[in-house]
Amino acid sequence: MAQAQIMNLTGNQAVAYAMKQINPDVVPAYPITPQTPIVEEFATFVANGVVETELVRVESEHSAMSSAIGSAAAGARTMTATSSQGLALMWEELYIASGLRLPIVLINVNRALSAPINIHCDHSDAMGARDSGWIMIFNENAQEAYDTTICAVKIAEDKRVFLPVMINYDGFTISHSIDRVEVLDDTTVREFVGSYNPPYNMLEKPITVGPFDSLGGFYYEFKKAQSDAIERSLSVIQEVYDQYAAISGRHYHHLESENIENADIVFIIMGSLTGSVREKVNQYRSQGIKAGLIKVRTFRPFPGDQLAQMVAGTKLLVVFDRANSPGAEFAPLASDVAASLFKAGKVMPIINVIYGLGGRDLELDEIDEVLNFSLKVLSGDKKPRKIWISLKGKEVE
Amino acid sequence: MKKFEIDKLETYGVDEHPVGAHIPEAGNSELYETGSWRTFRPVIDFEKCIQCLYCFIYCPDSSIRLEEGKVVGIDYKHCKGCGICSSECPRDAIEMKEEIRED
Repeated sequence: MAQAQIMNLTGNQAVAYAMKQINPDVVPAYPITPQTPIVEEFATFVANGVVETELVRVESEHSAMSSAIGSAAAGARTMTATSSQGLALMWEELYIASGLRLPIVLINVNRALSAPINIHCDHSDAMGARDSGWIMIFNENAQEAYDTTICAVKIAEDKRVFLPVMINYDGFTISHSIDRVEVLDDTTVREFVGSYNPPYNMLEKPITVGPFDSLGGFYYEFKKAQSDAIERSLSVIQEVYDQYAAISGRHYHHLESENIENADIVFIIMGSLTGSVREKVNQYRSQGIKAGLIKVRTFRPFPGDQLAQMVAGTKLLVVFDRANSPGAEFAPLASDVAASLFKAGKVMPIINVIYGLGGRDLELDEIDEVLNFSLKVLSGDKKPRKIWISLKGKEVE
Repeated sequence: MKKFEIDKLETYGVDEHPVGAHIPEAGNSELYETGSWRTFRPVIDFEKCIQCLYCFIYCPDSSIRLEEGKVVGIDYKHCKGCGICSSECPRDAIEMKEEIRED
Protein backbone atom coordinates (compact mmCIF):
# COMPACT_ATOMS: atom_id res chain seq x y z
CA MET A 1 0.00 0.00 0.00
CA ALA A 2 1.26 3.42 -0.93
CA GLN A 3 2.47 6.01 1.56
CA ALA A 4 -0.42 8.27 2.56
CA GLN A 5 -0.16 11.84 3.71
CA ILE A 6 -2.74 13.42 5.99
CA MET A 7 -3.92 16.88 5.01
CA ASN A 8 -6.54 19.35 6.22
CA LEU A 9 -8.61 20.06 3.15
CA THR A 10 -12.09 21.22 2.29
CA GLY A 11 -14.03 18.93 -0.03
CA ASN A 12 -13.30 21.23 -2.94
CA GLN A 13 -9.59 21.40 -2.13
CA ALA A 14 -9.46 17.62 -1.83
CA VAL A 15 -11.01 17.25 -5.27
CA ALA A 16 -8.74 19.91 -6.80
CA TYR A 17 -5.82 18.00 -5.27
CA ALA A 18 -7.06 14.77 -6.86
CA MET A 19 -7.35 16.60 -10.20
CA LYS A 20 -3.79 17.85 -9.78
CA GLN A 21 -2.61 14.28 -9.30
CA ILE A 22 -4.68 13.01 -12.26
CA ASN A 23 -3.21 15.80 -14.43
CA PRO A 24 -5.99 15.81 -17.05
CA ASP A 25 -5.24 17.09 -20.55
CA VAL A 26 -8.09 19.59 -20.64
CA VAL A 27 -10.31 21.28 -18.01
CA PRO A 28 -12.93 23.64 -19.42
CA ALA A 29 -14.79 25.25 -16.51
CA TYR A 30 -17.00 28.13 -15.47
CA PRO A 31 -17.33 29.23 -11.84
CA ILE A 32 -20.48 28.78 -9.77
CA THR A 33 -21.06 28.61 -6.04
CA PRO A 34 -20.26 26.23 -4.32
CA GLN A 35 -18.02 24.67 -6.99
CA THR A 36 -15.83 27.78 -7.53
CA PRO A 37 -12.94 26.94 -5.16
CA ILE A 38 -12.20 23.72 -7.10
CA VAL A 39 -11.47 25.66 -10.26
CA GLU A 40 -9.70 28.48 -8.38
CA GLU A 41 -7.41 25.98 -6.70
CA PHE A 42 -6.87 24.02 -9.90
CA ALA A 43 -6.16 27.21 -11.87
CA THR A 44 -3.37 27.89 -9.37
CA PHE A 45 -1.88 24.47 -10.14
CA VAL A 46 -2.05 25.32 -13.85
CA ALA A 47 -0.52 28.78 -13.36
CA ASN A 48 2.29 27.36 -11.24
CA GLY A 49 3.07 24.71 -13.83
CA VAL A 50 2.31 21.87 -11.41
CA VAL A 51 0.05 20.27 -14.05
CA GLU A 52 0.22 20.21 -17.83
CA THR A 53 -3.52 20.80 -18.21
CA GLU A 54 -5.03 23.17 -20.75
CA LEU A 55 -7.49 25.22 -18.66
CA VAL A 56 -10.19 26.64 -20.92
CA ARG A 57 -11.96 29.65 -19.42
CA VAL A 58 -15.34 29.44 -21.10
CA GLU A 59 -18.26 31.89 -20.97
CA SER A 60 -20.90 29.53 -19.56
CA GLU A 61 -21.51 25.98 -18.40
CA HIS A 62 -23.16 25.28 -21.75
CA SER A 63 -19.78 26.07 -23.29
CA ALA A 64 -17.90 24.22 -20.55
CA MET A 65 -19.61 20.93 -21.36
CA SER A 66 -19.46 21.64 -25.10
CA SER A 67 -15.70 22.18 -24.85
CA ALA A 68 -15.37 19.07 -22.71
CA ILE A 69 -17.17 17.06 -25.40
CA GLY A 70 -14.90 18.48 -28.10
CA SER A 71 -11.73 17.75 -26.21
CA ALA A 72 -12.81 14.26 -25.10
CA ALA A 73 -13.85 13.45 -28.68
CA ALA A 74 -10.44 14.57 -29.87
CA GLY A 75 -8.88 12.04 -27.53
CA ALA A 76 -7.93 14.17 -24.53
CA ARG A 77 -8.58 13.23 -20.90
CA THR A 78 -11.11 15.84 -19.81
CA MET A 79 -12.55 16.93 -16.48
CA THR A 80 -14.83 19.77 -15.43
CA ALA A 81 -16.84 20.90 -12.41
CA THR A 82 -20.11 22.66 -11.73
CA SER A 83 -23.13 23.02 -9.44
CA SER A 84 -26.86 23.64 -9.59
CA GLN A 85 -27.85 26.11 -12.34
CA GLY A 86 -24.56 25.34 -14.03
CA LEU A 87 -25.47 21.67 -14.32
CA ALA A 88 -28.91 22.71 -15.52
CA LEU A 89 -27.32 24.82 -18.25
CA MET A 90 -25.25 21.78 -19.30
CA TRP A 91 -28.40 19.71 -19.71
CA GLU A 92 -28.44 19.16 -23.47
CA GLU A 93 -24.70 18.47 -23.56
CA LEU A 94 -24.97 15.89 -20.77
CA TYR A 95 -26.99 13.68 -23.11
CA ILE A 96 -24.52 14.30 -25.95
CA ALA A 97 -21.53 13.38 -23.76
CA SER A 98 -23.11 10.06 -22.74
CA GLY A 99 -24.56 9.34 -26.20
CA LEU A 100 -21.15 9.88 -27.81
CA ARG A 101 -19.72 7.65 -25.04
CA LEU A 102 -17.13 10.20 -23.94
CA PRO A 103 -15.43 9.45 -20.61
CA ILE A 104 -15.64 12.97 -19.18
CA VAL A 105 -15.43 13.30 -15.40
CA LEU A 106 -17.67 16.02 -13.99
CA ILE A 107 -17.50 17.13 -10.37
CA ASN A 108 -20.96 18.31 -9.35
CA VAL A 109 -21.07 20.04 -5.99
CA ASN A 110 -24.72 19.58 -5.08
CA ARG A 111 -26.78 22.74 -4.71
CA ALA A 112 -30.47 23.56 -4.91
CA LEU A 113 -32.08 24.80 -8.12
CA SER A 114 -33.89 28.14 -8.32
CA ALA A 115 -36.52 29.43 -7.62
CA PRO A 116 -36.41 30.82 -5.02
CA ILE A 117 -32.71 31.35 -5.52
CA ASN A 118 -30.68 29.39 -3.00
CA ILE A 119 -26.99 28.52 -2.95
CA HIS A 120 -27.14 25.72 -0.40
CA CYS A 121 -27.20 21.99 -0.73
CA ASP A 122 -29.76 19.59 -2.00
CA HIS A 123 -29.66 16.96 -4.71
CA SER A 124 -32.16 18.55 -7.12
CA ASP A 125 -29.41 19.47 -9.58
CA ALA A 126 -28.11 15.92 -9.88
CA MET A 127 -31.60 14.42 -9.95
CA GLY A 128 -32.44 16.64 -12.92
CA ALA A 129 -29.60 14.87 -14.75
CA ARG A 130 -30.66 11.46 -13.47
CA ASP A 131 -31.69 10.08 -16.87
CA SER A 132 -28.92 11.67 -18.91
CA GLY A 133 -26.95 8.42 -19.05
CA TRP A 134 -24.13 9.48 -16.73
CA ILE A 135 -22.70 7.26 -14.03
CA MET A 136 -23.54 9.04 -10.77
CA ILE A 137 -21.65 8.61 -7.51
CA PHE A 138 -22.57 10.35 -4.24
CA ASN A 139 -20.13 11.00 -1.42
CA GLU A 140 -20.45 11.50 2.30
CA ASN A 141 -17.26 13.44 3.05
CA ALA A 142 -14.14 15.04 1.56
CA GLN A 143 -12.18 11.79 1.75
CA GLU A 144 -14.73 9.97 -0.35
CA ALA A 145 -14.89 12.87 -2.81
CA TYR A 146 -11.10 12.69 -3.22
CA ASP A 147 -11.10 8.92 -3.60
CA THR A 148 -14.01 8.61 -6.02
CA THR A 149 -12.68 11.45 -8.21
CA ILE A 150 -9.58 9.34 -8.81
CA CYS A 151 -11.66 6.19 -9.34
CA ALA A 152 -14.00 8.04 -11.72
CA VAL A 153 -11.28 8.49 -14.35
CA LYS A 154 -10.56 4.78 -14.40
CA ILE A 155 -14.25 3.85 -14.46
CA ALA A 156 -15.13 6.27 -17.26
CA GLU A 157 -12.24 5.24 -19.48
CA ASP A 158 -12.65 1.48 -19.04
CA LYS A 159 -13.21 0.04 -22.51
CA ARG A 160 -16.25 -1.89 -21.28
CA VAL A 161 -17.80 1.40 -20.16
CA PHE A 162 -16.76 4.57 -22.04
CA LEU A 163 -19.30 6.72 -20.26
CA PRO A 164 -19.10 10.05 -18.46
CA VAL A 165 -19.05 10.01 -14.66
CA MET A 166 -20.58 12.58 -12.32
CA ILE A 167 -19.03 12.81 -8.85
CA ASN A 168 -21.45 14.38 -6.37
CA TYR A 169 -20.94 15.77 -2.90
CA ASP A 170 -22.92 18.18 -0.79
CA GLY A 171 -22.41 21.91 -1.28
CA PHE A 172 -20.88 23.75 1.72
CA THR A 173 -21.35 20.84 4.16
CA ILE A 174 -18.59 19.00 2.29
CA SER A 175 -17.31 21.48 -0.27
CA HIS A 176 -16.40 24.23 2.20
CA SER A 177 -15.77 22.35 5.45
CA ILE A 178 -12.25 21.35 6.38
CA ASP A 179 -11.90 17.62 6.80
CA ARG A 180 -9.12 15.19 7.55
CA VAL A 181 -8.13 13.75 4.19
CA GLU A 182 -5.56 11.06 3.47
CA VAL A 183 -4.01 11.74 0.10
CA LEU A 184 -1.88 9.36 -1.93
CA ASP A 185 1.37 10.41 -3.53
CA ASP A 186 1.27 11.77 -7.10
CA THR A 187 3.06 8.82 -8.69
CA THR A 188 0.69 6.29 -7.15
CA VAL A 189 -2.34 8.19 -8.45
CA ARG A 190 -0.87 8.65 -11.94
CA GLU A 191 0.04 4.97 -12.16
CA PHE A 192 -3.45 4.04 -10.93
CA VAL A 193 -5.31 6.11 -13.52
CA GLY A 194 -2.79 5.21 -16.26
CA SER A 195 -2.91 6.75 -19.68
CA TYR A 196 -6.08 7.39 -21.63
CA ASN A 197 -6.56 5.13 -24.64
CA PRO A 198 -9.65 6.32 -26.52
CA PRO A 199 -11.21 3.95 -29.06
CA TYR A 200 -10.84 6.65 -31.72
CA ASN A 201 -8.33 9.42 -31.55
CA MET A 202 -8.92 12.48 -33.68
CA LEU A 203 -5.35 13.59 -33.13
CA GLU A 204 -4.05 10.53 -34.98
CA LYS A 205 -6.72 9.84 -37.58
CA PRO A 206 -9.68 11.85 -38.87
CA ILE A 207 -13.06 10.58 -37.64
CA THR A 208 -16.60 11.91 -37.65
CA VAL A 209 -18.16 12.57 -34.24
CA GLY A 210 -21.87 13.14 -33.84
CA PRO A 211 -23.10 12.39 -37.37
CA PHE A 212 -26.78 12.68 -38.19
CA ASP A 213 -28.61 9.41 -37.67
CA SER A 214 -31.27 9.62 -40.34
CA LEU A 215 -34.72 8.05 -40.40
CA GLY A 216 -34.29 4.32 -40.42
CA GLY A 217 -30.85 4.76 -38.90
CA PHE A 218 -29.35 3.19 -35.81
CA TYR A 219 -30.35 5.51 -32.95
CA TYR A 220 -32.27 2.67 -31.28
CA GLU A 221 -29.28 0.29 -31.48
CA PHE A 222 -26.94 2.96 -30.11
CA LYS A 223 -29.25 3.66 -27.18
CA LYS A 224 -29.38 -0.05 -26.37
CA ALA A 225 -25.58 -0.28 -26.53
CA GLN A 226 -25.34 2.76 -24.21
CA SER A 227 -27.84 1.23 -21.81
CA ASP A 228 -25.90 -2.05 -21.80
CA ALA A 229 -22.70 -0.12 -21.05
CA ILE A 230 -24.07 1.60 -17.94
CA GLU A 231 -25.48 -1.71 -16.68
CA ARG A 232 -22.10 -3.34 -17.33
CA SER A 233 -20.39 -0.51 -15.45
CA LEU A 234 -21.86 -1.80 -12.16
CA SER A 235 -19.24 -4.56 -11.99
CA VAL A 236 -16.50 -2.36 -13.47
CA ILE A 237 -17.06 0.29 -10.77
CA GLN A 238 -16.68 -2.38 -8.09
CA GLU A 239 -13.51 -3.69 -9.78
CA VAL A 240 -12.03 -0.19 -9.71
CA TYR A 241 -13.03 0.23 -6.04
CA ASP A 242 -11.32 -3.10 -5.29
CA GLN A 243 -8.15 -1.99 -7.08
CA TYR A 244 -8.28 1.34 -5.27
CA ALA A 245 -8.50 -0.46 -1.94
CA ALA A 246 -5.15 -2.07 -2.70
CA ILE A 247 -3.40 1.31 -2.99
CA SER A 248 -5.36 3.29 -0.41
CA GLY A 249 -6.65 0.83 2.20
CA ARG A 250 -10.14 2.29 1.73
CA HIS A 251 -12.54 -0.19 0.20
CA TYR A 252 -15.74 1.21 -1.28
CA HIS A 253 -18.93 -0.48 -2.44
CA HIS A 254 -22.08 0.59 -4.26
CA LEU A 255 -24.06 0.25 -1.05
CA GLU A 256 -22.66 0.37 2.46
CA SER A 257 -24.72 -1.15 5.22
CA GLU A 258 -24.52 -0.92 8.98
CA ASN A 259 -26.63 -2.73 11.56
CA ILE A 260 -28.91 -4.28 8.96
CA GLU A 261 -28.77 -7.77 10.47
CA ASN A 262 -32.25 -8.48 11.88
CA ALA A 263 -33.20 -4.86 11.36
CA ASP A 264 -36.94 -4.13 11.34
CA ILE A 265 -36.42 -0.61 10.04
CA VAL A 266 -33.71 0.28 7.54
CA PHE A 267 -32.87 3.90 6.81
CA ILE A 268 -31.56 4.55 3.28
CA ILE A 269 -29.75 7.78 2.49
CA MET A 270 -26.94 9.28 0.44
CA GLY A 271 -24.69 12.29 0.90
CA SER A 272 -23.30 14.14 3.90
CA LEU A 273 -26.27 13.67 6.23
CA THR A 274 -25.59 9.94 6.31
CA GLY A 275 -23.44 10.78 9.34
CA SER A 276 -26.38 12.14 11.33
CA VAL A 277 -28.53 9.13 10.51
CA ARG A 278 -25.65 6.78 11.40
CA GLU A 279 -25.32 8.48 14.77
CA LYS A 280 -29.02 8.00 15.48
CA VAL A 281 -29.13 4.41 14.19
CA ASN A 282 -26.28 3.49 16.54
CA GLN A 283 -28.20 5.12 19.39
CA TYR A 284 -31.45 3.30 18.47
CA ARG A 285 -29.59 0.00 18.43
CA SER A 286 -28.23 0.69 21.92
CA GLN A 287 -31.83 1.34 23.00
CA GLY A 288 -32.88 -2.03 21.59
CA ILE A 289 -34.64 -0.66 18.52
CA LYS A 290 -33.78 -2.81 15.54
CA ALA A 291 -32.74 -0.07 13.12
CA GLY A 292 -30.19 -0.27 10.34
CA LEU A 293 -28.60 1.98 7.72
CA ILE A 294 -27.75 1.70 4.04
CA LYS A 295 -25.71 4.40 2.39
CA VAL A 296 -26.12 4.60 -1.37
CA ARG A 297 -22.86 5.54 -3.08
CA THR A 298 -23.59 4.48 -6.66
CA PHE A 299 -26.90 5.99 -7.77
CA ARG A 300 -26.51 5.35 -11.54
CA PRO A 301 -26.32 2.52 -12.36
CA PHE A 302 -28.62 1.72 -9.44
CA PRO A 303 -27.50 -1.42 -7.57
CA GLY A 304 -31.10 -2.62 -7.18
CA ASP A 305 -30.45 -6.37 -6.99
CA GLN A 306 -27.91 -5.88 -4.19
CA LEU A 307 -30.27 -3.56 -2.36
CA ALA A 308 -33.21 -5.94 -2.54
CA GLN A 309 -31.00 -8.72 -1.17
CA MET A 310 -29.68 -6.56 1.67
CA VAL A 311 -33.15 -5.67 2.95
CA ALA A 312 -34.67 -9.12 2.43
CA GLY A 313 -35.50 -9.59 6.11
CA THR A 314 -36.60 -6.02 6.83
CA LYS A 315 -40.13 -4.92 7.68
CA LEU A 316 -40.00 -1.23 6.80
CA LEU A 317 -37.77 1.03 4.70
CA VAL A 318 -37.28 4.71 5.40
CA VAL A 319 -35.77 6.39 2.34
CA PHE A 320 -34.34 9.89 2.71
CA ASP A 321 -34.43 12.02 -0.44
CA ARG A 322 -32.71 15.39 -0.64
CA ALA A 323 -34.73 16.20 -3.76
CA ASN A 324 -38.38 15.92 -4.63
CA SER A 325 -40.10 14.76 -7.77
CA PRO A 326 -43.16 16.99 -7.54
CA GLY A 327 -46.36 15.11 -8.15
CA ALA A 328 -44.67 11.71 -8.15
CA GLU A 329 -45.53 9.05 -5.58
CA PHE A 330 -41.91 8.98 -4.43
CA ALA A 331 -38.82 11.16 -4.81
CA PRO A 332 -35.98 9.74 -6.97
CA LEU A 333 -34.10 7.56 -4.46
CA ALA A 334 -37.28 6.07 -3.00
CA SER A 335 -38.59 5.39 -6.51
CA ASP A 336 -35.49 3.36 -7.31
CA VAL A 337 -35.68 1.53 -4.00
CA ALA A 338 -39.34 0.66 -4.62
CA ALA A 339 -38.61 -0.50 -8.18
CA SER A 340 -35.74 -2.68 -6.94
CA LEU A 341 -37.98 -4.38 -4.39
CA PHE A 342 -40.79 -4.88 -6.88
CA LYS A 343 -38.38 -6.39 -9.42
CA ALA A 344 -37.18 -8.84 -6.76
CA GLY A 345 -40.76 -9.78 -5.93
CA LYS A 346 -40.65 -8.17 -2.49
CA VAL A 347 -43.32 -5.91 -1.08
CA MET A 348 -42.77 -3.85 2.05
CA PRO A 349 -43.88 -0.44 3.23
CA ILE A 350 -41.66 2.52 2.33
CA ILE A 351 -41.69 5.88 4.05
CA ASN A 352 -40.16 8.52 1.81
CA VAL A 353 -38.64 11.36 3.84
CA ILE A 354 -38.01 14.63 2.02
CA TYR A 355 -35.28 16.53 3.88
CA GLY A 356 -32.67 19.22 3.53
CA LEU A 357 -33.94 21.07 0.47
CA GLY A 358 -32.07 24.34 -0.03
CA GLY A 359 -29.63 23.43 2.74
CA ARG A 360 -32.24 23.00 5.50
CA ASP A 361 -30.51 21.26 8.41
CA LEU A 362 -31.68 17.84 9.45
CA GLU A 363 -31.43 17.96 13.24
CA LEU A 364 -30.86 14.81 15.25
CA ASP A 365 -34.19 15.17 17.10
CA GLU A 366 -35.92 15.40 13.74
CA ILE A 367 -34.55 11.97 12.90
CA ASP A 368 -36.26 10.88 16.15
CA GLU A 369 -39.50 12.28 14.71
CA VAL A 370 -38.95 10.09 11.63
CA LEU A 371 -38.31 7.09 13.87
CA ASN A 372 -41.46 7.71 15.90
CA PHE A 373 -43.52 7.95 12.74
CA SER A 374 -41.85 4.76 11.47
CA LEU A 375 -42.70 2.90 14.69
CA LYS A 376 -46.34 3.96 14.26
CA VAL A 377 -46.31 2.58 10.71
CA LEU A 378 -44.80 -0.67 12.00
CA SER A 379 -47.53 -0.98 14.63
CA GLY A 380 -50.21 -0.20 12.03
CA ASP A 381 -51.28 3.15 13.57
CA LYS A 382 -50.08 5.13 10.55
CA LYS A 383 -49.90 4.44 6.84
CA PRO A 384 -46.55 4.81 5.03
CA ARG A 385 -46.30 7.90 2.83
CA LYS A 386 -44.07 10.71 1.70
CA ILE A 387 -43.30 13.02 4.64
CA TRP A 388 -41.51 16.38 4.78
CA ILE A 389 -39.25 16.67 7.80
CA SER A 390 -37.85 19.90 9.36
CA LEU A 391 -40.66 22.16 8.14
CA LYS A 392 -40.81 25.29 10.29
CA GLY A 393 -43.61 25.18 12.81
CA LYS A 394 -44.71 21.69 11.80
CA GLU A 395 -43.96 18.28 13.22
CA VAL A 396 -44.61 15.05 11.40
CA GLU A 397 -48.04 13.72 12.24
CA MET B 1 -16.35 -3.94 -32.54
CA LYS B 2 -16.44 -4.94 -36.19
CA LYS B 3 -14.31 -3.52 -38.96
CA PHE B 4 -16.34 -0.51 -40.06
CA GLU B 5 -18.04 -1.15 -43.39
CA ILE B 6 -20.57 1.53 -44.14
CA ASP B 7 -22.50 -0.63 -46.60
CA LYS B 8 -23.06 -3.37 -44.02
CA LEU B 9 -24.35 -1.25 -41.10
CA GLU B 10 -27.86 -2.67 -41.54
CA THR B 11 -26.59 -6.11 -40.57
CA TYR B 12 -24.75 -4.95 -37.42
CA GLY B 13 -25.93 -6.06 -33.99
CA VAL B 14 -26.09 -3.70 -31.03
CA ASP B 15 -22.50 -4.43 -29.97
CA GLU B 16 -21.02 -4.26 -33.43
CA HIS B 17 -21.50 -0.58 -34.16
CA PRO B 18 -18.67 1.86 -33.43
CA VAL B 19 -18.86 3.11 -29.82
CA GLY B 20 -20.78 6.39 -29.52
CA ALA B 21 -21.97 6.45 -33.14
CA HIS B 22 -18.62 7.74 -34.37
CA ILE B 23 -17.72 7.21 -38.01
CA PRO B 24 -14.18 5.93 -37.57
CA GLU B 25 -13.08 6.64 -41.12
CA ALA B 26 -12.79 9.86 -43.04
CA GLY B 27 -13.92 10.62 -46.56
CA ASN B 28 -16.91 8.31 -46.84
CA SER B 29 -19.67 10.92 -46.93
CA GLU B 30 -19.80 10.54 -50.72
CA LEU B 31 -21.12 7.02 -50.16
CA TYR B 32 -24.20 8.53 -48.54
CA GLU B 33 -26.86 9.69 -50.98
CA THR B 34 -28.08 13.17 -50.09
CA GLY B 35 -29.43 14.17 -53.51
CA SER B 36 -32.83 12.66 -52.75
CA TRP B 37 -33.80 15.73 -50.69
CA ARG B 38 -33.84 17.90 -53.81
CA THR B 39 -37.08 19.56 -55.01
CA PHE B 40 -35.48 21.50 -57.90
CA ARG B 41 -32.76 20.12 -60.15
CA PRO B 42 -30.16 22.30 -61.90
CA VAL B 43 -29.88 21.60 -65.62
CA ILE B 44 -26.98 23.09 -67.60
CA ASP B 45 -27.54 24.46 -71.10
CA PHE B 46 -24.16 23.83 -72.72
CA GLU B 47 -25.10 26.12 -75.63
CA LYS B 48 -24.91 29.04 -73.18
CA CYS B 49 -22.12 27.75 -70.88
CA ILE B 50 -18.80 29.58 -71.29
CA GLN B 51 -16.86 27.25 -68.88
CA CYS B 52 -16.15 30.08 -66.42
CA LEU B 53 -16.41 27.51 -63.56
CA TYR B 54 -18.35 29.90 -61.30
CA CYS B 55 -20.82 27.09 -60.59
CA PHE B 56 -17.97 24.80 -59.58
CA ILE B 57 -16.52 27.43 -57.24
CA TYR B 58 -19.85 28.31 -55.62
CA CYS B 59 -21.37 24.82 -55.24
CA PRO B 60 -21.41 24.11 -51.46
CA ASP B 61 -21.66 20.36 -52.02
CA SER B 62 -18.95 19.79 -54.66
CA SER B 63 -21.62 18.55 -57.02
CA ILE B 64 -20.45 20.17 -60.27
CA ARG B 65 -18.70 17.44 -62.23
CA LEU B 66 -15.51 18.42 -64.01
CA GLU B 67 -13.48 16.50 -66.54
CA GLU B 68 -10.15 17.86 -67.64
CA GLY B 69 -11.03 21.25 -66.20
CA LYS B 70 -14.39 21.52 -68.00
CA VAL B 71 -17.88 21.37 -66.55
CA VAL B 72 -19.53 18.21 -67.83
CA GLY B 73 -22.63 17.97 -65.64
CA ILE B 74 -24.12 17.73 -62.15
CA ASP B 75 -23.62 14.99 -59.55
CA TYR B 76 -27.32 14.40 -58.81
CA LYS B 77 -26.48 11.85 -56.08
CA HIS B 78 -25.29 14.70 -53.86
CA CYS B 79 -26.78 17.92 -55.35
CA LYS B 80 -29.46 19.17 -52.94
CA GLY B 81 -30.92 21.63 -55.41
CA CYS B 82 -30.00 24.80 -53.49
CA GLY B 83 -29.86 26.79 -56.74
CA ILE B 84 -26.69 28.72 -55.94
CA CYS B 85 -25.09 27.61 -59.23
CA SER B 86 -28.11 28.84 -61.16
CA SER B 87 -28.10 32.14 -59.30
CA GLU B 88 -24.37 32.75 -59.78
CA CYS B 89 -24.11 31.69 -63.45
CA PRO B 90 -23.24 34.89 -65.43
CA ARG B 91 -24.88 33.51 -68.60
CA ASP B 92 -28.08 32.13 -67.03
CA ALA B 93 -27.04 28.76 -68.39
CA ILE B 94 -28.35 26.77 -65.40
CA GLU B 95 -32.11 26.34 -65.07
CA MET B 96 -33.76 24.95 -61.90
CA LYS B 97 -36.38 22.46 -62.99
CA GLU B 98 -38.90 21.04 -60.56
CA GLU B 99 -38.30 17.41 -59.70
CA ILE B 100 -41.31 15.40 -60.84
CA ARG B 101 -41.62 11.76 -59.96
CA GLU B 102 -42.28 9.64 -63.01
CA ASP B 103 -44.22 6.89 -61.19
